[in-house]
Amino acid sequence: MRHGAPAVEFRSVSKRYGAVTAVDSVSLTIERGTLVTLLGPSGCGKTTILRLIAGLEQASEGHILIDDRNVTMLSAAERDVSMVFQSYALFPHMTVLENVCYGLRASGMRKSHAIDLAQAKLAMVGLGGYGARLPSELSGGQQQRVAVARAIVLEPKVLLFDEPLSNLDAKLRRQVREDIRELQHRLALTAVYVTHDQQEALAISDRIVVMSMARIAQDGTPRALYERPDNHFVANFIGDANILPVVVESRQGELASVRLSSVVLTLPHHNVADGPADLSIRPQALVLSRERGQLTGHVARAAYLGSHMEYWISLDVIGNQLFAIASDVTAPFAVGDSIWVTFAPSGLALLPQGRSD
Amino acid sequence: MDGRGKERAEIASALPRFLLGWLAVGFAGLVLLPWYGLDEGVSPPALLAGRPWLLPLIPPLLLALSCSFGRTKPRVLVAAGVAGLVWLAAQAFLIIHRGWAFVWITTLLGPGPSQPALGWGAIAYAVACLMLLAYGLARLGVCKGDVFVVGALLLVVGLIALFVFYPVLCILASAVRDNDGSFAPTLFFEKLLSRSVWGLDCVFGGRSCGVAWNTVAEAALVGVLTTFLGLAFALVALRTRMPMKPLLRALSVLPIITPPFVIGLALILLFGRAGMVTVWVANLFDLPRSRWIYGMPGITIAQVLAFTPISLLVLLGVLQGVAPSLEEASQTLRASRWYTFRTVTWPLIRPGLANSFLIGFIESMADFANPLVIGGNFNVLSTDIFFAVVGASHDQGRAAVLAIVLLSFTLAAFVAQRFWLGHRSYATVAGKGHIGIPAQLPGFVRATCYAVIVPCLILIVAVYCTILVGGFVVSIGRDNTPTLQYFWTAFSIEKGVGGWFLSGSAWNSFLVTIEVALVAMPFTAALGLLTAWLLDRQQFAFRRSFEFLAMMSFAIPGTIIGVAYVLAFNVPPVSLTGTGTIIAIAFAFRNMPVGIRAGLANLSQIDRSLDEASLTLGSNSFGTLRRVILPMLRPAVITAMVYSFVRAMTAVSAVIFLVTGRYNLATTYIVGRADVGDYGVAIVYSAVLVVFMMLVLLLIQLAVGERRIGRRVEVPRIESPGTALVQT
Repeated sequence: MRHGAPAVEFRSVSKRYGAVTAVDSVSLTIERGTLVTLLGPSGCGKTTILRLIAGLEQASEGHILIDDRNVTMLSAAERDVSMVFQSYALFPHMTVLENVCYGLRASGMRKSHAIDLAQAKLAMVGLGGYGARLPSELSGGQQQRVAVARAIVLEPKVLLFDEPLSNLDAKLRRQVREDIRELQHRLALTAVYVTHDQQEALAISDRIVVMSMARIAQDGTPRALYERPDNHFVANFIGDANILPVVVESRQGELASVRLSSVVLTLPHHNVADGPADLSIRPQALVLSRERGQLTGHVARAAYLGSHMEYWISLDVIGNQLFAIASDVTAPFAVGDSIWVTFAPSGLALLPQGRSD
Repeated sequence: MDGRGKERAEIASALPRFLLGWLAVGFAGLVLLPWYGLDEGVSPPALLAGRPWLLPLIPPLLLALSCSFGRTKPRVLVAAGVAGLVWLAAQAFLIIHRGWAFVWITTLLGPGPSQPALGWGAIAYAVACLMLLAYGLARLGVCKGDVFVVGALLLVVGLIALFVFYPVLCILASAVRDNDGSFAPTLFFEKLLSRSVWGLDCVFGGRSCGVAWNTVAEAALVGVLTTFLGLAFALVALRTRMPMKPLLRALSVLPIITPPFVIGLALILLFGRAGMVTVWVANLFDLPRSRWIYGMPGITIAQVLAFTPISLLVLLGVLQGVAPSLEEASQTLRASRWYTFRTVTWPLIRPGLANSFLIGFIESMADFANPLVIGGNFNVLSTDIFFAVVGASHDQGRAAVLAIVLLSFTLAAFVAQRFWLGHRSYATVAGKGHIGIPAQLPGFVRATCYAVIVPCLILIVAVYCTILVGGFVVSIGRDNTPTLQYFWTAFSIEKGVGGWFLSGSAWNSFLVTIEVALVAMPFTAALGLLTAWLLDRQQFAFRRSFEFLAMMSFAIPGTIIGVAYVLAFNVPPVSLTGTGTIIAIAFAFRNMPVGIRAGLANLSQIDRSLDEASLTLGSNSFGTLRRVILPMLRPAVITAMVYSFVRAMTAVSAVIFLVTGRYNLATTYIVGRADVGDYGVAIVYSAVLVVFMMLVLLLIQLAVGERRIGRRVEVPRIESPGTALVQT
């Protein structure tokens, strides 16, 4: 095993089903020991990419390398990857222990040895005494952990997760998410994780690959994606964003001065050219107050969510309504109140003009 | 990591072992196994046979061997496999037992060499070449690079080609030849367009129509009647409060355990010239006794009784697929029951009715035994084919021409059913359970249903009583003194010199039937389930065509298969007639669709992610099939085995051409007895068959019904008997 080579590499991989292109010339590398999330709306091709890595689909074009070895033409059984399925896919006619042993036995390991390894992994996921049960006798969360144990017992080069949390209730989801992350760190696993939940992606990932329409929309750390989205799609998909038309008036070094109506803001320009552009504004970057600020408006709608308030603000100078979040729940604004809006620089990002989604 | 890494490496290096293994089989076929003949087994291997045209079979294997070391070259393997198969087939078809296979070669080259039929060596060689081809194709990325899948696919396709297509092609070939075997296209057209086939004399003159029109009219009539009756039964079962469950169960089992001619036989005993009812009515009203039952009326009644249960099963599914919520919605919109039935229920079930009609149509066309027993002078294609082969005229060409006509009818109906109806079914089974109560029938629809099904039920009861009782009285209707005479003739056991022995005349055929049915059973199930698995779980080019071909043997009437097998396997290169093997093969390919349907129904309940999980855990597709799919497929395995066995026990049409003195079957024996008027033995034997198969089904039900997979609560339900027979 060579060091330094990425665990998974896609070289212009395409996957077509008849006239439909599910994955369109995607190139991608996944570094060893990292957890990379494929994030996107349904139908964007993220699950297809996962299945291409697993060998459950065959690429129409391009090359797939796992650990620097070309596996494009190899079947799933011949690739050193394992997968945790959305439905867990535990074999209903086998006990928990038999399920975990399955992969070891399939590759010809002696039974006693396989059982030892499987028991150890079951203990690792906290199911030490459950080996003799059938999957149907476990709760959803326990089944999920069996599926994880079954996958990691093979010590695969890449561990794949296909929306592993979507069958769990909201409370359990956060717990299991942390468990998966902790396990991945402890065993230094390379993991690829598919989800459509951006919160989940932000919380768990070393890197996020945002997919849209069979292509990669942007690829980076959670912070980079949130703070410096490259396009409208990413700005909207990772967290909420208000998009307003602006004009880039001048650039100096990393910074640009940007005019929004009567307000001039100084922002990193992210290589956006002079002239008309768009500004992505996070909801919490809109600071609302009764004191004088940058632009005037009034509250069109307001909702109380316990920990915070959500407002829709109509600006007086620009037609758009803006979505804002305020942490002050003790003295909220009422619908119809006139207010001042101020832009906090931390939640602003300049985008090239035009909608890319 | 290292331990596992090493194991993985061994797995990887084990793959060329697959190649080496099959190469060994191929060479064994050439140098160890007898190349010619299946039974005798004394012929020398190919390379010692002194026949130079067998030598070119070696280079493909050597070529494959040379690239099995180091880097395998897939294209070379494909070429080697194809070359081996092509040469094997070419030499076998060119040089047959009487020299050159074609006259023009003889005139060109003079009398050539001759060779007998292929044997075990050739089989081993052919399979080996097929596997080389599979390995090469898999390495080229076919079927996601899965050797097992490609191999299984090629094997199934090869078997279907050899045992379904090749025989049917033989029919086509024999249709354009005269009795001496020379090419005679004009004779073909003469026979094809003959007045005896297409004449319309019954419309204009007083004489009988052509056999093609007879058959179409009969089949259409039966299709309409079975659909109508089936719908009446289904509506009463699902839309009235009449308790029908036990009755439905009985009705769904009957067509499976009843040999097809039994109903015709019973009808003769009831309504024939000397039949019970005829005599009774004649005495009561002083009417002359007539032979009205022989001919179209008799065939129609027999087939309607025989095939209505199948139509019922189709329509039960269709009616259950209509969501009650739709009908409830209609009623809340202030529609009356009749208006709801007419505007909602009826349009939704219409495609199902068409489907049921086509199934009845195909079944009627394919039915051979009822027309034979009760047809009188009314000729249909299936019996005409039979008489063309075994009758005095012995005109194989005419049999082939009639077979082509019959085949085009059934295939047209089959194609219509699959393509035209395929897109028109509204009845969908959604994941969500539909809540609601199905609408009750409007009054006069219900009355009509009752009026239709009650006489039908009375007739069915009468038929089965006749069968069960008729063999145990001297002459049913005329002399009702109980007797065991017929039973004893057929099934006596006597003590002779060497101890007890089975002296009854039926024992031989009964035991042979069970033996052949048992032999065919595992092959039918394996072939059907493997095909179902390939269809349901694998993606490959031409999947739809493969499905069509695999299911098509359903639409090939048994009579045609029988004639085709006689034509194809009577002479080298593949010679099988006169053996039990050919009967078992005929059963396996005739009943394969049952296995396919049982498998598909069961596989659709098994989540695909289970296969994928197994694959990503490093088990290859064969391991996945064996250790994950098969254990969960157990209900389908049992269904396929049981129906394969039972259908083999009751089959007549295909095997009537294939039986010999040594391998006679129960059904053909009974038909023979009935043909010479020996009704006592025929009926008693039929009763024994019906009861025997009922016991088999009951035993299986008892043995399997209680079985659970582990402690799992949800088990894929054993299908209710008969559903596997129904294609939807």
